Amino acid sequence: MMKKKIFLNAHIIDPKNSLDEKGGLIVSENGKIEAVGKKVNKNNLPSREKFIDLDGKHIFPGIVDMRVFVGEPGYEYKENFRTLSEAALSGGVTSVVTMPNTIPVIDNVSIVDFLKRRGRDKAKINIFPTASLSKNLDGMNMTEFGLLQSKGIIGFTDGYKTIQNTRLMSRMMKSAYDLNCLIMQHVEDSELAKDGLVNDGIIATKLGLQGISDLAEKIIIERDLSLLEDFNCRYHISQISSQKSVNVLKERKDKVKFTCGVSINNLSLNENDVGDFRTFLKLSPPLRTEEDRLALIKGVNNDLIDVIVSDHKPEDEEQKRLTFAQASSGASGIETLLPLALELFHNGSMKLNKIIKTLTCNPAKILKINKGNLNIDNDADFCIVDINKPWIVKKENIISKSKNTSIEDRKLQGKVLSTFVKGEELYKL
Amino acid sequence: MVIELVLMANQNKAIKISQKHLLGIQDLSIKDVNYILNESKQFIDLNKSKNKKLDILRGKTQINLFFEPSTRTQSSFELAGKRLGADVMSMNIGNSAIKKGETLIDTAMTLNAMHPDIIVVRHQDSGATNLLSQKVNCSVLNAGDGRREHPTQALLDALTIIDRKKKIEGLKIAICGDILHSRVARSNIYLLNMLGAEVNIVAPTNLMPRDIKKFGVGIFSDMKQGIKDCDIVMMLRLQNERMTSSFLSSNREYYEYYGLTPDKLKFAKDDALIMHPGPMNRGIEIDTNLADDINKSVIKEQVELGVAVRMACLKIFCE
Repeated sequence: MMKKKIFLNAHIIDPKNSLDEKGGLIVSENGKIEAVGKKVNKNNLPSREKFIDLDGKHIFPGIVDMRVFVGEPGYEYKENFRTLSEAALSGGVTSVVTMPNTIPVIDNVSIVDFLKRRGRDKAKINIFPTASLSKNLDGMNMTEFGLLQSKGIIGFTDGYKTIQNTRLMSRMMKSAYDLNCLIMQHVEDSELAKDGLVNDGIIATKLGLQGISDLAEKIIIERDLSLLEDFNCRYHISQISSQKSVNVLKERKDKVKFTCGVSINNLSLNENDVGDFRTFLKLSPPLRTEEDRLALIKGVNNDLIDVIVSDHKPEDEEQKRLTFAQASSGASGIETLLPLALELFHNGSMKLNKIIKTLTCNPAKILKINKGNLNIDNDADFCIVDINKPWIVKKENIISKSKNTSIEDRKLQGKVLSTFVKGEELYKL
Repeated sequence: MVIELVLMANQNKAIKISQKHLLGIQDLSIKDVNYILNESKQFIDLNKSKNKKLDILRGKTQINLFFEPSTRTQSSFELAGKRLGADVMSMNIGNSAIKKGETLIDTAMTLNAMHPDIIVVRHQDSGATNLLSQKVNCSVLNAGDGRREHPTQALLDALTIIDRKKKIEGLKIAICGDILHSRVARSNIYLLNMLGAEVNIVAPTNLMPRDIKKFGVGIFSDMKQGIKDCDIVMMLRLQNERMTSSFLSSNREYYEYYGLTPDKLKFAKDDALIMHPGPMNRGIEIDTNLADDINKSVIKEQVELGVAVRMACLKIFCE
């Protein structure tokens, strides 16, 4: 049993419950939400009750990050469950969906038990593991969707790989339809994107790097959405990067049911940021043009894109201190997901409520989990944020085991002050 | 003669180059370019004379680090360094620690510890020379990185053009062939544009880089149109692996549409010059007789002036 906690005078945003108001939050002795909202104020409390005054601060539900790579098992030197959880908490993230691209690959029932045990013992946050769509990520044979799901697998994805074989994809969708499983597809035609390093455009030409056409993304989205018309399973596009893709979503939204995510990197950076071969900016999907970035923001604002993810992909220095062609792709970013997303609020690109929605109840709804909300009697997973606090992203202050941030030295506005999981304060600035 | 040169060199010392390294034409100002070209001119005659040895770089150490096979560029740099009196070491990557898995940065650090004054690098990855230059104390000369830049090639091409045409400004120059994979094309586009030429790019669309038009060049997939009224026709080497990866159908079809033949050359100006950075594929990108036509082809002169340009670059960037 813990002590009852009372927070007053905060600005509470909980899109799930349409809360966007000044109010309080009471956490019960067993770590549940007891009361929340404007009715929780000093007048309704016994006068001797102790409370924490959060005037000028915000309370958000704990963030649900739908796309996170963790190094366990196999790449523990890049990130383990403990370091991931510390990094997540410092960014207000209390639930993560982990990718199956590990050694061994998460593709069978026996490894799931190991994973869940490790996650439970080492991580303080909620871990929702995915399994691969294809065995050993080979893109040829389906994994056991039903059995894996019954063991606690939240969804199926090949992580940074795409199911290229159209026949297999169609069969996976049918299986997912039968078993009510969620498919999360990384959308990139591997032949069209072969050897690609950056967006195909003036920057690729100037740097002499092989480009990745935005058509590589568009073609897979169009293919998958066409297949979905036959058997509309739960289908989520992991992340998109271009205006062309947004346009496809717009055309298809009425005809077929699907959801879509976008990485905070693609919302906040563009191809020019690659600069002088900065390998930390080598990402998949690649950073594209400023027009693409603006189209993605519009896509979020128009509800074509449902979720913002960190696409947290820790890589150790040895994988990045190489030529651009040799370096691994991906950036560490779970701890800066919320602060960087707040930049979109401060610069007028998005409403705060919309940002929080894409980070909390939207992903939870897709995943069908009771997270990312401040429901009464639900686990008290939330964060307290000073959305105006200025700070600078410094490599040496990064908590994740890998320091490959895409936004080194960026000046941000907004910092998480405290993060609570099941009512317990697990992070404090 | 030699004394005269040294004196001239000393006079020029006051003019400094804006860069520490020569990584690409992109980084140079027009002043830098003119400085390098002027310095180069002084070495042309020296290279034709009996005693070719100077001691400008005596006591200096030059390391040639070639990760990609090269005949002319490597020997040209080696000769240039030796003629200036430097101690030149050419690393044979085939036998080095790179083969044992050493990274580029570690190789750079190792060499750096030997206190070289200049490192000449060729690497198959774009940006490799930029990375290396960040990790060493001495100057780095880019002898070709991936498909990004090959600055000394562009400089020697410019010197050749100036030598024959007495100017570059106002000339119409066509660069033809595999532009997509060509560092020579990129460096030449930057340099020739900077010096006031009108540049046309001729390539099948499969070998045309995206958005290259934004570099301020004319784009042609029809070779005859592209070389129309040109003063210079610069051909690029077609690498054979392009066929296997389906950029093109066959050598003979490529020759038919993009090979430089007397027939196509008629569209250029009567006194048009033919250039090629080498090595040539005779009968694929260029008719063999045209390549050897001493009235039209300056291919051998390019090689000759290459040594002079590299001497100038070594001298300038060693200082």
